[in-house]
Amino acid sequence: MASEAVCSHRDPMLKKRDDFEDILEERRNSSDLRYALKCYTPVLYKQLTPCTASDLKNMVLCSTQVHFVIAQVSKETGAAPEEVQAEASSILEEMAHRLQLGPIRFFAFVLCKVFKTLFRSVCVNEEGIQRLQQSIHEHPVVLLPSHRSYMDFLLMSYILYTYDLALPVIAAGMDFMGMKILGEMLRMSGAFFIRRSFGGDKLYWAVFSEYVRTMLKTGFAPVEFFLEGTRSRTSKSLTPKLGLLNIVMEPFLKGEVFDVALVPVSISYERILEESLYARELLGVPKPKESTSGLFKARKVLSENYGSIHVYFGQPVSVRSLAEGRVQRGQFNLIPRHIPRRPSEDVQGFVNDSAYQLLRAQEENMVLKPWVLLSSLLLRGGGMMMEELSEGAVWLRELCRQYGAFLHWPDHVPPAEVVSSSLDLHRGLVTISDGRGAGLTAEEELLSQAVIILSCASYRNQALHVFVRPALLATALQAAGSAHKQDVFNTFNFLRNMFANEFILCPGAAVQDFEEACFLLMKTGVVLMEQEEVLVTENGHRTITFLTSILDPFLQGYQVVCRFLCEASTESLTEAQFVPAVRTFIVRLLLSGRLRYSEVLSSDLQKNALAALQRLGAVHKLKRCVCVPTLKVNTVMVNSLEDTLGKNRPEDEPLTNANTCLFLCVQVENFPL
Amino acid sequence: MASSSSGGSGSGSEMQRTAQHRISVIAGHLRRPAEGDVAVRAEECKAPQSRLEASGDGRTVPMKRHEVMKWNGWGYSDSRFLFNKKGQAEFTGKRYKLSGMILPALKDWFEGTFGASLQHKSPATPLLNTSAVQAPTLNQDFVEELKSIGVPFSHEAEDRAFRGHGHCLHEIFALREGKIGRVPDMVVWPNCHNDVEKIVALACKHNVCLIPYGGGTSVSSALECPPEETRSIVSLDTSQMNRILWIDEKNLTAHVEAGIIGQDLERLLNESGYCTGHEPDSMEFSSLGGWVSTRASGMKKNIYGNIEDLVVHIKMVTPQGVIEKSCQGPRMSTGPDIHHFILGSEGTLGVVTEVTMKIRPVPEYQKYGSVVFPNFEQGVACLREVAKQRCAPASIRLMDNEQFMFGHALKPQVSSIFTSFLDGLKKFYITKFKGFDPSRLCVATLLFEGNREKVLQHEKQVYDIAAKFGGLAAGEDNGQRGYMLTFVIAYLRDLGMDYYVIAESFETSVPWDRVLDVCRNVKARVVRECKDKGVQFSPLSSCRVTQTYDAGACVYFYFAFNYRGLSDPVHVYEQVEHAAREEILANGGSLSHHHGVGKLRKEWMRETVSEVGVGMLQSVKDYVDPKNIFGNRNLL
Repeated sequence: MASEAVCSHRDPMLKKRDDFEDILEERRNSSDLRYALKCYTPVLYKQLTPCTASDLKNMVLCSTQVHFVIAQVSKETGAAPEEVQAEASSILEEMAHRLQLGPIRFFAFVLCKVFKTLFRSVCVNEEGIQRLQQSIHEHPVVLLPSHRSYMDFLLMSYILYTYDLALPVIAAGMDFMGMKILGEMLRMSGAFFIRRSFGGDKLYWAVFSEYVRTMLKTGFAPVEFFLEGTRSRTSKSLTPKLGLLNIVMEPFLKGEVFDVALVPVSISYERILEESLYARELLGVPKPKESTSGLFKARKVLSENYGSIHVYFGQPVSVRSLAEGRVQRGQFNLIPRHIPRRPSEDVQGFVNDSAYQLLRAQEENMVLKPWVLLSSLLLRGGGMMMEELSEGAVWLRELCRQYGAFLHWPDHVPPAEVVSSSLDLHRGLVTISDGRGAGLTAEEELLSQAVIILSCASYRNQALHVFVRPALLATALQAAGSAHKQDVFNTFNFLRNMFANEFILCPGAAVQDFEEACFLLMKTGVVLMEQEEVLVTENGHRTITFLTSILDPFLQGYQVVCRFLCEASTESLTEAQFVPAVRTFIVRLLLSGRLRYSEVLSSDLQKNALAALQRLGAVHKLKRCVCVPTLKVNTVMVNSLEDTLGKNRPEDEPLTNANTCLFLCVQVENFPL
Repeated sequence: MASSSSGGSGSGSEMQRTAQHRISVIAGHLRRPAEGDVAVRAEECKAPQSRLEASGDGRTVPMKRHEVMKWNGWGYSDSRFLFNKKGQAEFTGKRYKLSGMILPALKDWFEGTFGASLQHKSPATPLLNTSAVQAPTLNQDFVEELKSIGVPFSHEAEDRAFRGHGHCLHEIFALREGKIGRVPDMVVWPNCHNDVEKIVALACKHNVCLIPYGGGTSVSSALECPPEETRSIVSLDTSQMNRILWIDEKNLTAHVEAGIIGQDLERLLNESGYCTGHEPDSMEFSSLGGWVSTRASGMKKNIYGNIEDLVVHIKMVTPQGVIEKSCQGPRMSTGPDIHHFILGSEGTLGVVTEVTMKIRPVPEYQKYGSVVFPNFEQGVACLREVAKQRCAPASIRLMDNEQFMFGHALKPQVSSIFTSFLDGLKKFYITKFKGFDPSRLCVATLLFEGNREKVLQHEKQVYDIAAKFGGLAAGEDNGQRGYMLTFVIAYLRDLGMDYYVIAESFETSVPWDRVLDVCRNVKARVVRECKDKGVQFSPLSSCRVTQTYDAGACVYFYFAFNYRGLSDPVHVYEQVEHAAREEILANGGSLSHHHGVGKLRKEWMRETVSEVGVGMLQSVKDYVDPKNIFGNRNLL
């Protein structure tokens, strides 16, 4: 339980962060061509085994690991070892990158032009770059950028090239390979392609994991991949995928390298290129297939202003120090290391915890722009006057700072100006007017509004990691029905558990999270900690209201999903049918005015809710026939979860124009589709 | 001694003369160069011995050890390194090949490697302050009865202080500062097996703690007196039990008293044309009994085997009586081998008094060699291949780049321009023509033994394998210098300690597939730990592969650092060594290959041999020595 340690909690305001440098500035003043052709001599790993991209392939195919699995597969399937070997070779052929400097220079040139048109600035913390350089020299390095946009990995390589750092090899999804010329160009600039799923394919896994390990161990290049596995459509960090992290940690755990440095990189966009694409995807419009021509069609984005990008290279995390006292490395002593084994439980736990820790490090260094605060305020609904918005923003700015957010707010400019320039940049989403768009059918209108709401929500989501713990506590305080510390903690823990798929909450860290939340609320004078009680102060209500409002859409969303599942429990529902069905259900609720937040239409939220219910054992997947598992709902349990969630919700305010949140003075304009 | 070069200053009989001759033939050890003899030859590396100063009966170790050996450092009192007035390193005395020589490169290497300076000295306390030694706690009844059986004993401070330590860094460091902890309360010198039986019986009767003492070269804190011991502690010095009792030429065995030290054993056997071939690096001073009770390993184990392969019969006196086998059969299937309770028991069960060992005729021919590899990885791959083909020479060792450099710093002054020209040419060939990177190359040293024809054939086989891994033959001198380093390294540690540099070595055994990983990670861990613990100048962290087996290898690590600016250097060193051992274990290395556990590595016994394993050992101890008479508290 939460202990006295509350006060010793480290004050997030004291977090020290590096300054930024705009790398576009120099590009605007000197020749891009000369830049693209500049002399490039990066610092390399001190124990580098020099080899070419094709040497790498040979090393992989000749490795004992791959040989072992080839023999195994050939024994199991009865195929000749040569055939399996050939298959391994073609897997590798399909996967491998062909990192060359030429294409990189080409990209550098093109990207210069593109970046200069799209962005006001690309800011990088140079101290982070220096730390990275040091790390690359000392140890094999893994780069772990956040993933919010297709731009991410091009941007990463571009920055590393600019600073004369070793270019990374990047794990990319197979879908990119479909892009004809571009796929090959990406390959030549260091991307290697992995299938999205290869569950039972031993051979594929062996070749793939050995390929990554070989690149890491030889120090060929920093290995870059996305912990979140895919782009986050909601700007929230996604729960980490552990496969690749497992692979890159293994050489250390098995003693094959002295250490591995993991470098979390936080890339924050003031305006995301894909913002409306994402929103529509979440609403059920399928994602367009990646294709080169598609990319050309998308070039109209070039005429827009996307503000600035902040890239923060975090403190390198040593796997050795992470593992210190956590993992018994001796466990690998008794079986030859090339025999593939499922990671032991303690290794799995370790990798999982590390992944969360890294994601939090990533979140912490995400730069929040003023618009993030504005959208948080606007999304609370109701509508807002300009002055009110400015005032609210200033208030929220202070709160953010108190909570240690990495806020990029130009302090020398009057707040009203900051607000209006921010609104200007995002004029696609809001505009200052007093009219209302009309002429569409109710449902069409609803959906087009939802696109905008979800886009806005994605900006608000950028600040979620700052508020999520205090918000959980605030909601728990309102719902616990008692100020008793233990009751509050229990409710907090329930909510935390419920939302474990939604937000980055390290598993098993409930007590720490609770203490952190208490500390923050106490520090800002929102609550008083008595001996056994947590009391909300007179002045704290504004903060509490704000914090609960942040969590409310999620709370209500989960509730709706529960309600849906109870009602649908009679029919046999497959997993694939779930999202469309729940969407129809929600649209109905929204149109009838019985639901307040069109945000709930987000398929991300719906899927997370389902995953949470499955995790809690309220819903089971039934494999009746092989291919389509149906969902078996434990109605009693889901019902009681819904009730508990409902109890946790603050009183419903009278509904005011539930479907169109951002209007009155600041009103949403239809997004150009 | 000197001896042979000075042309028979040696005393002795014809027998001894033959022995002297043999010595120069075998094991490559060294003689001082005869006049005009510049080049290094395959000769003795260790000090050929002894006679002159020794106790008259032809043995190296007198009862009063401190008359011949340093009380607070390694080896003979007359042999030590020092920097002379010109700042050049030299080695004093007359015993070793290096004795009296100037080592011009050592100073620069020393200062460059450790950031040390000859201006900053940290001299040792010159004389033992006998008043610092606690007054002995004597068990009067025991002493009285001991007198009556006529076994010599002493409770003089010098004798006791000398037997209260081995040669771990922390032990020597304390002595140099004049700090003496708990030491034995008296020393007894049994002369034979029967004496030992009587002493052990008396100790049991009067509840006295016995700590057997052989050569005193322990590096596992095995000789430290447990501070919590309240009984009178008696050090049982076996050095006077040093006779070869018989040699059986039909079965090629020799029956020897366990107190004999390595060099005496070899010398005496050589007089009859035999040898044991057991040559641990400490063989100048370590004893047969010590080898047995620590599971020692010799440099030439590839031909002769380790101690467990060499012993045929062991006699040990325990509080429960004498344990021995009833015959000398070469192998038995009679339940678990009781020898293996004794081998490695580290003085916790009793005193080994007599041992029957295998002997071999002295080899006819011996040749050193060396191979340079472009990098350590290639070198290890070559050693692995040699082991795979089971064609390892008597000794094969692979030094890493740091040790290669170190070896170079120990090159004696060259007097001829021609030699230095040749050296330059060799260097040019290897680094420029063959493209070896001087900061990565490493060298393997080889020692071949046998009949001449076979040696040459064997040599070719090994060099052919080496060539496949990019190895270039690099001459006999380099090989021999490598082995010489073994015998003088402990003297060098004393030199370092005169200038704020402390050093230690430790070893492990590891499967082949992990050799490189262990070497890399342990070396890096030492560097990292030193940095974390505030050591100002990056340490020397170096390793070598010293033995090959079918399934793995023995790896030896050295580390040394400049401790100026540290308030508690020994503590830092202990933390670093501890971390290094953790790293070894985490990477699949063993707790020890041949140094033993002692008290230094006790904490890891449980994880090393499992709970049940510890229980087994404990129950043996409980049966054999229920009153903990052999109370040195090693191992468990």
